[in-house]
Amino acid sequence: MPQTANFSSGPAIEIDGLRRTYRTTTGTLRRRRLEVEAVRGISLEVGRGELFGLLGPNGAGKTTTIRVLCTLLLPTSGVVRVLGHDVVQDAREVRRRIGYVFGGDRGLYDRLSALDNLRYFAELYALEPSHLRSRIDEVLEMVGLKGRERERVEGFSRGMRQRLHLARGLLHDPPVLFFDEPTIGVDPVGAREVRQLIGDLAKAGKTVLLTTHYMFEADSLCDRIAVISRGRIVAEGTPKDLKSAASDRTVVEVEAYGVDEAILARMRALEGVESVAMEVRDQAQLLLVQARQADQLTARLLQLLEGIRVERIAAREPTLEDAYVALVTQE
Amino acid sequence: MLFTGWFYQLKMQAQSGFMVMTALIQPLIFASIAMADQQAGNRTLPLLYYALGAGIMGIWSTVVFGCGGVISWQRHQGMLEPLVMAPAPFVLVLMGITLGTATVGLYSMAATLLWGWLVFGAHLHLASPGLFAAAALITVVSLGLLGLVMGSSFVLYRNSNAISNMLEYPVWLITGLLVPLSLLPGWTHPLAYVLAPTWGVQALRAAALGGQASIPIVWCLVASTGYLLLGVWLVHVVEVRARRHATLNFQ
Ligand SMILES: Nc1ncnc2c1ncn2[C@@H]1O[C@H](COP(=O)(O)OP(=O)(O)OP(=O)(O)O)[C@@H](O)[C@H]1O
Ligand SMILES: [Mg+2]
Repeated sequence: MPQTANFSSGPAIEIDGLRRTYRTTTGTLRRRRLEVEAVRGISLEVGRGELFGLLGPNGAGKTTTIRVLCTLLLPTSGVVRVLGHDVVQDAREVRRRIGYVFGGDRGLYDRLSALDNLRYFAELYALEPSHLRSRIDEVLEMVGLKGRERERVEGFSRGMRQRLHLARGLLHDPPVLFFDEPTIGVDPVGAREVRQLIGDLAKAGKTVLLTTHYMFEADSLCDRIAVISRGRIVAEGTPKDLKSAASDRTVVEVEAYGVDEAILARMRALEGVESVAMEVRDQAQLLLVQARQADQLTARLLQLLEGIRVERIAAREPTLEDAYVALVTQE
Repeated sequence: MLFTGWFYQLKMQAQSGFMVMTALIQPLIFASIAMADQQAGNRTLPLLYYALGAGIMGIWSTVVFGCGGVISWQRHQGMLEPLVMAPAPFVLVLMGITLGTATVGLYSMAATLLWGWLVFGAHLHLASPGLFAAAALITVVSLGLLGLVMGSSFVLYRNSNAISNMLEYPVWLITGLLVPLSLLPGWTHPLAYVLAPTWGVQALRAAALGGQASIPIVWCLVASTGYLLLGVWLVHVVEVRARRHATLNFQ
């Protein structure tokens, strides 16, 4: 469709009605065919220079969507374009213009040094030999691996590998970048640097599509966010939009000892309560109660918790995380 | 691009104990048996003839093990996605790897020659050193390209490792590395003619011991061209299938 392709202006990423099904087989003796609908009709546009976040629970279809954008998977149906180039018809053109950084520690040649890994990929991306070395130095500096580049990747820690992934994704200075959980396995200080780097890239005009499970990361970085659940977009907007959708909610956090299932069930049955999540940390139980138009929620909860040691109970403003939890637990 | 791929592959594989062992141990054993047999008077051809055959056996083993599973191995390392995603044609990327692997096989050529000379006192005099070098180069290239064909066709089937294992010995036999082609039944000849080791070993033996090296060299080139075309097509099929069936990564 050349009349609709728009290479020089128009959105950086266009996804129209994307579906992707996986076929797998299960069982050893009686093989059964299984179809997983990982993405079921996603449409979305990301503008040039925008930093866009994809949020969603495990298995929601985020990585699948990114892999289609990166030409690693063919769509089952739908149209997907990057800078006007179709990921099916013009994979080569798309590949030249994108960088993909995925979480995890594989995907590097262990027996080669960091420098050799980068040199090899510089060649695959047809970087000018004349400023290859200076570009490699630049990205090593950016990701904080300067000085370690001659060591073999074998001896790299998880965080260092992740940085090398980043360096490789940035090597050819692509205008569109995909980050799939880029701070996974990176220590807190390092993660902050990575976030800073991603923010800087966006400021420098790069288009960034990011997935993360860290809500504060999405909140602090993204211009816009889409929440995906079970292969569909369930909400889209700025972090502020999403938070305000949850603004009629009250969130109460409780730290207690000895809450049992029966009490949880009674809490869930309380009028106005939308969700109750419990997390056990050391001995203590952390309850997160979300409610809508709930008067006196704290008092009513305390009533239910009579006879139980309550260390702390407090109501607070909903965060992006609360908005997210509300969205993905709706169905 | 091809060169860089070749270079780094060589760098990695040369450090791999397994690949070096594959390239060295078996060929040395076979070379020793054949040369000892010759010295006992049971064989009539010069020692160098057997050393060269064993050397090619080593290159072939390296190619079978290194290239047959090349795609699964890259996938296992998580490298398949980044390699496919790079704008360089995937077939060139793979070719760099398979050519690098075949080059590692030169270890075994060097080793069997050295072994023959040191232990059995084989004369390493080459009838025509220039042709010998050319024949060695073309042999390595053609085996690397054959590796590309194997590497890309085996992934289309399950148990590609089993196929690789099955191929090692029969090819040694059929291509005349162990015994002259003329001793083999006629039905094996067509198979031999499409396999590059057949021509490679003939070219090397002719260049080393005197004889017509250029004819087998030409056939080696013809076979290489065939492998190249087949490889380009197969790799394309493999890439499209992998993108459709989501088999570029381990889940
Ligand atoms: N190669 C595959 N073969 C079969 N099923 C797959 C494959 N890859 C993903 N899936 C399935 O597709 C669905 C979506 O997976 P996907 O990896 O896109 O989720 P995600 O949103 O990235 O999750 P996470 O947050 O855990 O990374 C899941 O149900 C997953 O099991
Ligand atoms: Mg994922």
